[in-house]
Amino acid sequence: MTPLSFEWQWNVEYAIFFGLLYLALSIIGGTLTFVGIKTALQLMGLLRERHF
Amino acid sequence: MESTLIHQEPKRCSTRTFFLWTLPWILILGWGGLSAFLCLWKGLNQTNMSNIFAFALWIVFDLGVIALGAGAFFTGFLTYIIGKKELKSIINAAVIIGFICYSGAMAMLGIDIGQPLRGWFIFWHANIHSMLVEVSFCITCYLSVLTIEFLPIILENKKLEEIRGLRLFGHNLHEAMAIFAATGTFLSFFHQGSLGGMFGVMHARPFAARGGFYIWPWTFFLFVLSAIAAGPCFTILCTKLTEKLTRKKLVPDDAIQSLAKISGWLLSIYMILKIADTLGWIYGILPKAGLRLMDCYKEGPYGIWMLITEIIICGIIPAIILMIPKARKKMPWLITASILNCIGILINRFVFIIVSLAIPVMPFDRFWSYVPTWQEWGVGLAIIAYGIIVFSVSYRYLPVFPKERELNMA
Repeated sequence: MTPLSFEWQWNVEYAIFFGLLYLALSIIGGTLTFVGIKTALQLMGLLRERHF
Repeated sequence: MESTLIHQEPKRCSTRTFFLWTLPWILILGWGGLSAFLCLWKGLNQTNMSNIFAFALWIVFDLGVIALGAGAFFTGFLTYIIGKKELKSIINAAVIIGFICYSGAMAMLGIDIGQPLRGWFIFWHANIHSMLVEVSFCITCYLSVLTIEFLPIILENKKLEEIRGLRLFGHNLHEAMAIFAATGTFLSFFHQGSLGGMFGVMHARPFAARGGFYIWPWTFFLFVLSAIAAGPCFTILCTKLTEKLTRKKLVPDDAIQSLAKISGWLLSIYMILKIADTLGWIYGILPKAGLRLMDCYKEGPYGIWMLITEIIICGIIPAIILMIPKARKKMPWLITASILNCIGILINRFVFIIVSLAIPVMPFDRFWSYVPTWQEWGVGLAIIAYGIIVFSVSYRYLPVFPKERELNMA
């Protein structure tokens, strides 16, 4: 459900519940995107590769 | 061909031995597959679930494996957030066990809801006042976190590591693991709690209902605490079983002892709160509902022995063993305490799910009994078989225990 869905209600409960859900999803998605971009830049030689 | 996928050292068993080991589990998985197919094709009439037992064997398995799988998020929290470095030698195993538990539970729920094609309704048409909705959201998100945490371990496979892009992606993912561990801890706290909260808010069933803090009944906090107390013990058990089967030392003693000690402390705190909660229930909630303790245990096979077993035999005794350094350092005691701890949490989940529904609520009600069908057992046992296969395959092809080579240098 998003704020554009017809069942959505603009109140504190919806804001907290979905706010936390979308925050968690954003952190997961954002970190994955960051890791993907970092890897791509390393593969293109634009970022230094760390050796383990 | 297979040898290219396995690291040369330490040695793994032959392909034939590995196939013979997995064969019985594959057969059980086949039984589960047939059961699942029948349930999806013909419907939930293949089960003995009813309007009384809408929660049945599958939910017992679900809540059981989710509680035992809590070792993943809690070990991740201790390793990446608290900084307990010694746990790095067991974190991979904990993540894989967590992944198995959660993916298995999700697969079982896919059969349990009867119409998996409508499974997305709970996300899109969410009732935000339902504890189950919170559980569904958090479990789904946490499974994605566990998959991401499992990914770097898969990418460390001998063959996959040769691909530069995958190796870099795995390493970069590993560097960001603290963020995923923190997110996983947040999600796990809420779904473990909401699973307990779900029973605590059953005000029409005094057997399960509890008071609480704000919108959260005490069962919310007790479920979180019991899961983080039992999860590490389950990780210890799986590791020790793997050591026994492979005849190798896989994890240093300091990691095992650290987990056992933390588990012991948490179990002790949980037992104090659980006993306080039980006394509050006996002398507060039950009398208010016009009931006495023995009214809840007078019919059917679920007697007062379940309460005694859960609290004393599978609660206080393992807590004492795990709290005493000399006792937990002796392997038979450590294994006994871990087994009792895990059985205790399974009894707790069974009591809340099955016994809550079985005992009468109204004076004219009767005791309801429930016996699972072979299809229900098939799906339930398939999750165990799936877990053993995934863990065995992971151990064979992936560096699950990073200290294995060092510990087995002859």
